[in-house]
Parts: sequence; C-alpha cells; structure tokens
Amino acid sequence: MTTKTYRQALHDTLRAEMLRDDSVFLMGEEIGVFEGSYKITAGLLKEFGEKRVRDTPIAEEGFAGVAIGAAMLGLRPVVEMMTINFSMLALDQIVNHAAKIYGMFGGQASVPLVIRTPGGGGQQLGATHSQNIELFYAFVPGMKVVAPSTPADAKALLLAAIRDNDPVLFLENLALYNTKGEVPDEDVPAEIGRAAITRPGRDLTLIGYSRMAHVAAEVAADLAEAEGLDIEVIDLRSLRPLDRGTVIESVKRTHAAVILEDDWLTYGIGAEVAASISDGAFDSLDAPVRRVAMAEVPLPYSKPLETAALPSREDAITAIRQTLRAVGRRTIPAGVTQP
Amino acid sequence: MIEIKMPRLSDTMEEGAVSVWRKQPGEVVEVGDVLVEIETDKAVMEYEAYQAGTLAEILVPEGQNAGIGAPIALLDDGSGLAAASPGDQNPAAERSAVTPDAPASAQVAVTTPTAETPAASGNGTTPKVASPLVRKLARENRLDLSQVTGSGPGGRIIRADISGLLAHGATASAPEDIPAAPALATPAPAAPTPEVIATPAPAVTTSSVTDDVRGSRAIPMSQVRRVIARRLSASAREIPHFYVTAVADAEALMELRATLNAQLAEADRAKVSVNDLLIRACALALREHPEVNVSYNGDDSAVMLVHDRVNIGFAVAAKSGLIVPVIRDADTKTATQIGGEAKKLIRLAVERKLTPDQTSGGTFTISNLGMYAVEHFTAIINPPEAAILAVGATAREPVVVGETLVPRYRLRYTLSVDHRVIDGALAAKFLQTLTKLIETPWTIIA
Repeated sequence: MTTKTYRQALHDTLRAEMLRDDSVFLMGEEIGVFEGSYKITAGLLKEFGEKRVRDTPIAEEGFAGVAIGAAMLGLRPVVEMMTINFSMLALDQIVNHAAKIYGMFGGQASVPLVIRTPGGGGQQLGATHSQNIELFYAFVPGMKVVAPSTPADAKALLLAAIRDNDPVLFLENLALYNTKGEVPDEDVPAEIGRAAITRPGRDLTLIGYSRMAHVAAEVAADLAEAEGLDIEVIDLRSLRPLDRGTVIESVKRTHAAVILEDDWLTYGIGAEVAASISDGAFDSLDAPVRRVAMAEVPLPYSKPLETAALPSREDAITAIRQTLRAVGRRTIPAGVTQP
Repeated sequence: MIEIKMPRLSDTMEEGAVSVWRKQPGEVVEVGDVLVEIETDKAVMEYEAYQAGTLAEILVPEGQNAGIGAPIALLDDGSGLAAASPGDQNPAAERSAVTPDAPASAQVAVTTPTAETPAASGNGTTPKVASPLVRKLARENRLDLSQVTGSGPGGRIIRADISGLLAHGATASAPEDIPAAPALATPAPAAPTPEVIATPAPAVTTSSVTDDVRGSRAIPMSQVRRVIARRLSASAREIPHFYVTAVADAEALMELRATLNAQLAEADRAKVSVNDLLIRACALALREHPEVNVSYNGDDSAVMLVHDRVNIGFAVAAKSGLIVPVIRDADTKTATQIGGEAKKLIRLAVERKLTPDQTSGGTFTISNLGMYAVEHFTAIINPPEAAILAVGATAREPVVVGETLVPRYRLRYTLSVDHRVIDGALAAKFLQTLTKLIETPWTIIA
C-alpha cells in the first residue's frame, strides 16, 4: 500500500498501463506539452513521445471519432475530455458510434475506448463548466460508466476500464483530485458493475457515488460518533452496469434508504436507484426512499449561491434524520417507555 | 398545511395530553424545535417538529387529551394547500415533489415523498396507510392492522407500531375489541388497543356528567390517573383477591429504630424509616416463602412464574397520582441501603422522573398508609404480582400481658393475595414469618 492522491493514482495507473501494453495511448486537449489541465498526464509526453501522447485541437467530436476508429482497429485509446461538459460536443460520436458499433455490426469490431473526464461543481467555474451529466452516458446501452471516489478505486477502475473491450466513460471529479488514500501496489483491476459497502450498518442505507460517496462516508461516521446511529454506506462505483443487487440486499436489512447525488434530482441517477429499491426491496421498506440532490438550477457562479445549490453534508443529515424519524427512530428520553 | 399529530411516545401509550404548547400560532417552527410538551402515561416529554413552517393553529389546547395519530395542530409549510382529505394520497404526492416544478428555487432538492401526506386517520372505513414492510409482516404474521394506530408521518403504520403485536403473536382472528375494556390484565405492553381517535367527545360522558343537579363539571384526567384507573379495574375484576390480616407487637421495632437512628445520626448518616425496615422484612419473608414471590401467567398458560429475584415495590403518593418505584433485590440490601434508595426513588417519583427500570420488575408491593394514622386497610394487587401488603400505623394500644393491660406499640397489616396461585395457609405462614421478623427486629437487619 502507498498513500497517494487520487490525481497521482490516475497518473501512475496510466503510466503503468502504457508500459504494460503498447496499444494503450492517450489523446486530449493540452495533455502533452501542457501536461494536462489537471496534471494527470504530467511527464508522460516526455517519457512516451508524441506517438503515444497526442495533443489534439479543440475539437472533441473529431478526436473522439479518431479514438473510436483507432479502438476498432485494435488500439486502446484513453481520451481525456477536459471536463465532462465538453464531452457533449462529442455526444454523437460516443452515443451513436462508440456505444453502438459492437451491437450494430454483429460483433465484428469492439470499441475498447476509455473517456476520462472530470465532473463536479463547487469550483466557481460557472454553470456550463460545473455539471454532472454522467447520466447522459449511463442512460445508453453499450456504454459502461464508472465513478471512483477513492484513490484506490481510481486505480482499480482505471485498470479495469483500459482492459475492458467496451467503451467506458471514466468519471473523475474536480473536488476529489487532491484527496488522499491508500492505494494497493499490485495492479488488480476492479470488477466493473460492483458497488462497495464501504461501511456496514443496520439503521439505514446511505447511497452515493463519486464525491457524494465521500460525503456519505463522512456523514455516517459523524452520526455514528455523535448519536450512535448505525448507517450502512454504499459507494455505487459503477453507474452502468448498476449493481442493483448490493443496494437491494442492503435495504432489505435496513428497511430505509437515502440517496445522495451531485446531479439534478429529476430523472437523475438517484431516481434509478430509488426505482431499483422499489422493484427489489418494496416489501422491506418502512419509509419512502429519500433523495438529496442539487438544486434544479444552472449552477451559479457566486460562491454563496453555488454552495447553497450543491447538496451538502447538512442536507444529507437532514434527510437521514427525517427518514429515521419516519421509521420511529426518535430520541426517546429515559422514563418514557413502560415495559 | 401539515397536520401535527399526537405522537406515540411509549409502548403503552394510547393517548396523550397536551401539557404545554411551546410554540404559539404565528410562530416560526424549525425542524427540531420543541413544539409541545406531551404528557404520557408515565412522563411529560418534549415533542420536536420534524417539518419546518409556521404554526398555524392549535387544535388541542393545553390540558386536553388526544388519541395517537389525532391532529393536535396545523403547521403551515408554505404549500398553502389545505390538508388533503383522508385517503386522498395523490394530490399530496404531486405537491410534495415540489422542486421539479419550481426551477427558480435555490433550495437544494430534497425529496419530500408522500411522508407529509396527511393520511387517513383510520375511522374504520378508510384503509390504513402502512409501510410496505409492515404490510409484509402483517401478511406473514396474520396481524390485524385495523387495530393499530400509525405513528409514522401522516399516520403511517411503521414497524415500530407493530413490534408489540409481533412480540405477542396476535393474529387476525383477534376479536373486535370492546372499546371500554381493553385487555390490560397483564402490564406487559399491550397490543396497541383500539383507537381512541379524537372523534367529537363521546356524548355520554360530557352531557350526562355535567349537570346542575349535582353541580358537576368535567375536569381532565391525567394520563397517570387514567392508567391507574384501567390497571386497577383490571386487577380488581380479574384477580380473585382474598385478605389476611395480622398484627405485630412493634415495641422492639420502635426501640431498634430509635437506637439505630440515634447512632446513624451521630455518624452523620441518613436515618431508616419503619417502611425501610418493612421492605427488608418482606424481602426476607419472601425469601423464606418463595411460593409467594410468583405470578399467575394467564388462563391459557399451563405454567406459573416463580421469581428468583425479590424486587419490592412501594406505593408513593405523588401529586400526579399513585406510582410504585421498585427496589430490586431488596433481600440482598441492607436497611440503610434500602433507605437511601427509597429516598432517591421517592424524590424522582415526585419530580416525575422515574425511568421504566425504576418502576418495573416488581415481584411484591408494599402500600403503607401508616403516616395518615390509618389503623388498617386492604389494597388491590399490582399485577402481575401475586400479593400486596397494606400497612397501617404503628400505634400504642392496650395489650394483655399476663393478667394486666399494658400499652404497647402495635402494627396491623393485611396481605391481599391472588388466590389463583396462593392459598390461605401459605398466606398465613408468610404473615407469620413477617410478624416474627417484626417482633424480633434485629433479625431484619442481621
């Protein structure tokens, strides 16, 4: 184990995969000479040369298409979209081509493409640069979408994404790049489509992914210490395929669930998770599933407004309290119940 | 508009009394603010808001009772909508998904599912709202949810509401309860009893009770009073009581107590009372006659319960009504320990701060009216115990000693006994032992 940042874990994994497999190469805006807007690719151009680390024009649709073609012919491109907001320019390439080619043409060509891209608000980047639109890709059959929340998962899921034969959208998060954690030294890819129970508990299931998986873990730890609440935390890790089984089995044990998401509420990932719970654990629910999500506004630039619009720890705690109250977990002072 | 409902605050609670409104109409209410103090059968508790808004209207004024789930106030949450009519779920569900329809809202979107829906409050015709988990458990255990009052948001029946039913294995075949006679023979948390939802006050009580001929007026009964009424009615109705009276020469007891207290006072320690000595005496007598330290286990049971521990309750006349704190393992404690514990329990009883632990688990009760110069009385058994000792005053009486009358301290007491589990001879032997202990009081403190 080595303690490193999420950023460093990504960098080291990219480098290791490039060393391991000659077919792995990188493309993206400013990833070479400038070493990447978030410095994930620092030093890689020097080490591997222009053939393996390609700076591209500001033309997302174009280089996404080039990467798809390269993937179809046997290479393993890892494309960096500077932020997930810009990936919308390549939506046609990703949704209509990368996701469809294997199925539409009878399996003649796979598209082993990875699109790495950070989402997330909170950096005062304005409404068009702060979105969480991974849902666009998680919606599309033929795609895989993974969303690591820790440095260890960043490594394990990036290994899995690069070695996977289908197109994978690899969701990073601006607020997570500097977070630190222990990372295994061995190269063991994660299984795409597996959620992780990061904290077992009995009172309530708290579900999140990416940044909100962090928030979930923190809130659960704080409430355990402060109030003795025993909250189970699930980090979804993969949005497509979605690990419905882990979520459902957890809710069957806890009888209540709160979902935290950084995207908008309506039609969001949380809605899908809530529907899965309703499908698989309806008879185990003692209270309605609650979702905590972003305000339904274009994210404001102003810091106070931005903070107010993003889901916070306090919002999560409020939703947890309301849900626990709804299942009768009130703080009952001594002297009330008469056995 | 959100209906604030009478919460279920204890397992045995069937209704609560509004003690003090801590918010007044027009006041802003935040989540977690104390709205109201509710008096339950055992304590006065603060009840917090779990929705924010402005208190619009108080429906149940201070001093009045309401059944669990009955609306006690209206909270204006800004929706401006009147409470949905019972059973009318969907409109409320639509409205509660507010954020999507209000894109300008800068509030973080938190779903407020149908939880706040003012739900059907179960008047017999409207289906009960129950969580899916409760429905499943009800199906599997054949529970009759029509007898259950929901304490979840909007009156939803949640798992906590049926834990008693589940524990007691009640089934759907439970007969229609007669509202006037909830089964309370055992003090075990009774299955939630039929609802006493605030239908307009029963005509019988109000109109016929208050009349000019007798100059009557109706005053609210406290929860404690009502529990006493129900439990003692059940005890008197169902337990075949018989009574055995004995009298002890208390001369030595008074002497011992005087000597003991003089020495305790010198050592700056708390005194012991006759009652403390009696608690210990009864504990020792029960140790000698374990057949008295028992409980009847119900008509359907083939067994009776013999208790290995001797836990002695003593009746305290608190302002709010009779309450019986329990001194556990009284046979293993010294008289001074019992005295200290009793003092503490009496203080807590007066302050209404006794915990369930301190009022439960008794195997025998002592009721002492000696301080009121009562010569002798009989008491009603405190179920599931099998006996209670009613103690009169220690007073000087003329007693025949040899051929002359001498003034002696005498103490009279009557044991009320549950004849289902204890026969007369056993009761008499128990009293014999007790009398001997009182007449040779050093054996009590030995």
